[in-house]
Amino acid sequence: MNTIKEKQPDIVVAGPAFNAGRYGMACAGVANAVVDELNIPVVTGMYEENPGVEACKSKAIVVKTQDSAAGMRKALPIMANITKKLAKGEELGLPEEEGYIPQGKRLTVFSDKRGSQRAVEMLLARLNGKEFKTELPMPEFDKVDPAPAIKDLSKATIALVTSGGIVPNGNPDRIQSASAQKWGKYDVSQIDALTGDYYTIHGGYDPVYANEIPDRVVPLDVLKEFEKEGKIGKVYEYFYTTTGTGTSVANATKFGTEIGKELKEAGVDGVILTST
Amino acid sequence: MVKEIERYGIPIVHMATITTISESVGANRIVPTIAIPHPVGNPDLPKEEEYVLRKKLAERALKALVGSIK
Repeated sequence: MNTIKEKQPDIVVAGPAFNAGRYGMACAGVANAVVDELNIPVVTGMYEENPGVEACKSKAIVVKTQDSAAGMRKALPIMANITKKLAKGEELGLPEEEGYIPQGKRLTVFSDKRGSQRAVEMLLARLNGKEFKTELPMPEFDKVDPAPAIKDLSKATIALVTSGGIVPNGNPDRIQSASAQKWGKYDVSQIDALTGDYYTIHGGYDPVYANEIPDRVVPLDVLKEFEKEGKIGKVYEYFYTTTGTGTSVANATKFGTEIGKELKEAGVDGVILTST
Repeated sequence: MVKEIERYGIPIVHMATITTISESVGANRIVPTIAIPHPVGNPDLPKEEEYVLRKKLAERALKALVGSIK
């Protein structure tokens, strides 16, 4: 913020972050701080699944981009156009006209048809399988109820899962280092720590520390000690792994569903999932 | 992944450094960690101290799993 303040800008552009989640959150952090403290407009660009969108779309203008930097050529003219308009103090058009993600703001507009007529027309269009556009989109809430707590830890089987890309040396299943298409599971029942036999193939962070001691990402060593002490019943014999960076929400959902099914069937009582 | 696993009724704790992502996605149990490249470790510490740190973080995760969420 100090660097930005020194330059006394009229407008700030952050990103585009595409589908890089941590980058998106960083852009959102800058965007919110600039809008709050300096009261000047901020333009950024993100893929719609980027968690940074929710974090700043109400304050910043978030241009809808593709999920990777391959979309740079498309994103930049839109961002530049919006930036130019805002810098000149012009009003922006509707989100779909300008190419940014709706901010959740309501505008009063005049219509030549009254509400009841518009509603009936929408209903008819829907019944006839034609396209229609709601005037009041409902927000999507997808909350999962918290699962009940573990009652007796000393009898519980705990499974380890990670999106930190920890795999056996040589990456036998060839799990992708970014935008993962699959997950892997590896038998850890006979070892006390991951150090030595495992490393990371995650392409989104500096691997030096994880390669030296992979338990820094998946804490198998301490969980095994808890098992010996009787603090937990046991560490589930497999640990599950994939790469979180750039992985689509659709794939992450699929991985979670597949892994969860196995854990449920195996009678696992609780899960620790680590992310990088 | 956290949510889909929890959908099966298995309690799950997300250990992550950027907890804002975890919250926005809707994890119910979150333990903040040290840093992106070493969530449950700290290479600046001597090995024994680092192990103690990892133990503390893992204990916190277990505590989250035995805690009920209102």
